[in-house]
Amino acid sequence: MATAAEIEKQTEAREIRNRWFLSAPALIIILLAASGPLLIVLLYSFLTPGPYGDVQWTFSTEGWVSVFLERDIFDDTLSFASAHLTIFWRSLKLALMATAATLIFGFPTAYFIATRPERTRDIWLFLITIPFWTNLLIRTFAVLQVIRNEGIINTALINLGITDQPIQMLYTDFAIMVGMVYVYLPLMVLPLYASMEKLDFRLVEAGYDLYATRWQVLKRIIFPMVRPGVIAGSILVFIPAIGAYVTPSVLGGGKNMMFANLIELQFGQGRNWPLGAALSITVMAIVMVALLVYVRNTSGSEARHG
Amino acid sequence: MKPFMSTTVAAIALLAATGLGRAEGQLNIYNWGNYTNPEVIKKFEDKYQVKVTVTDYDSNETALAKARQGGSGFDIVVPSQTHLPIWINEGLLLETNPGGMENFKNVAAEWADPSFDPGRKYSVPWAWGTVGVVVDTGVYKGDINTWKVIFETPEELKGKVNVVPEMKDVVTAAVRYVGGEQCTTDKDVLKKARDLLVAAKPNWIAMEYGAVDKMKAGDFKASSTWNGAGLRIRLERPDVQFGYPKEGFTYWSDNVVVLKDAANVENAKLFQNFIMDPEIAAGLSAFHRYANGVAGSEKFMPDDMKDAPEIVIPEASKAHGTMSLMCSPEADALYTRIWTDLQK
Repeated sequence: MATAAEIEKQTEAREIRNRWFLSAPALIIILLAASGPLLIVLLYSFLTPGPYGDVQWTFSTEGWVSVFLERDIFDDTLSFASAHLTIFWRSLKLALMATAATLIFGFPTAYFIATRPERTRDIWLFLITIPFWTNLLIRTFAVLQVIRNEGIINTALINLGITDQPIQMLYTDFAIMVGMVYVYLPLMVLPLYASMEKLDFRLVEAGYDLYATRWQVLKRIIFPMVRPGVIAGSILVFIPAIGAYVTPSVLGGGKNMMFANLIELQFGQGRNWPLGAALSITVMAIVMVALLVYVRNTSGSEARHG
Repeated sequence: MKPFMSTTVAAIALLAATGLGRAEGQLNIYNWGNYTNPEVIKKFEDKYQVKVTVTDYDSNETALAKARQGGSGFDIVVPSQTHLPIWINEGLLLETNPGGMENFKNVAAEWADPSFDPGRKYSVPWAWGTVGVVVDTGVYKGDINTWKVIFETPEELKGKVNVVPEMKDVVTAAVRYVGGEQCTTDKDVLKKARDLLVAAKPNWIAMEYGAVDKMKAGDFKASSTWNGAGLRIRLERPDVQFGYPKEGFTYWSDNVVVLKDAANVENAKLFQNFIMDPEIAAGLSAFHRYANGVAGSEKFMPDDMKDAPEIVIPEASKAHGTMSLMCSPEADALYTRIWTDLQK
């Protein structure tokens, strides 16, 4: 006869089995749909470029070597691949700036929405999400129409007599930033709003009652409590921003490559798929490590406040 | 179980039906975007009772990668002359022998036996053109038949020049400008070309494809571009002229071929023959705005194209042009490195 402990063990085993069984569809999707393509990218990065695109099935580390080292095409010396680093730094800088800018604009926006009466909040949120209904490319071209030399702003400025020559805004770093902020702002506002909505504003009142200044209330009460929203929003903006491709090309004029353009070049006109694959994995690994460090550090301090 | 069964049966029946339909009256064309005249397609559909579907691609690399995978479902592709030998050598194409087709007699002598498809065993001319420069002559009065506009930009044009980011075209132009030949692997020449490009870049405002729109609007005052683009711009902005750089401009040619795994081979052959008809070829030109390589099509051309200097190359410039070729993988790798240096 089975003891109670044995029965319990059996039930537990069955339960575990059931759990695995029930989560199988999700696991299959994660393994096949998410990891599968990545494994193919990894595999391709260790192959030899085909003569006119595609790959040859010969093992080679040349793709990885040329991510980090470049053989000078003119005197054959091997040196650090400074072109790749320059391009990566440009993408990284842009992503960090876009994250900071969306935070600066998104924080007051989310605060504004969260402090509206409950009935009107949905309307404000709705307004924030409207641009999402349109394709990224179209939103970017909309910005282009506004800031180009014959665009709305310059035409208005000239007609008002404020300037007689159009101000060159298109094809500048300013244009890229405007585009990035416009495109990614909702990704920052929505998670920020989600955590601000939960904020107990009585604590803010209590802070004021205890003679805290506005800055102190923001810094010591509001900000620590909405930190999860800040983290989530920053990640949501940073990740697509580092792979940004369309916005910098259209608004920046495409004179300077972003990291995504460099990867695209290898799969297109450059016909070096293994290098393209190795570059993709490299940027993914860097972003992943950076995020792990970021999340670990920030969530640690979060726990202290909790 | 029953409803499921009947759905499956219905689905199979539907698949079978569409499968049959494909074989009888369909043609699937895979072509560059904004390149296929819908009126010509309509004429073809009406004449042969065939349903035509046109799908777009944006680069030779995309089209080639898709066809290599097999089972693309397309019958016809329109690769450029640079890539056509690859398609042929890799056995992706069906030898339809257009050289023996009824309308082949119309193909202009200079396009009847091209180096990229000797004897026209696979391909039919769709469009051909040149790569040169467009300049707003209201802004710059000097000679425009030179790459100097791009590589040693005159004062009036500084900060107003665009370069269309076609790696092969741009690097080749720079190589020509410093006295080399296309696809060279001569390091001295390539070094000069790279230094020229890197030094020229600060005078450019952008490197993008939207030259037609931005030249029309006046955002750019000069650009490297294709001749058909030059024509489109001039029709709206008469000051903008197309120049044939004397240091060496390139010819290109896109050609209609049939895939080996095409499902509608007969219709595809009919289409190849169809577009060699002068009136039809002129119809294609009226839309894509390039010359077509079919003799006798001139008289059916739209009036604004008949004597257009972008389409009819001036005698004095003809000698400066060369057909653009596919480079060796070695030259390609060097070109890519120069390109990365230029855009880093």
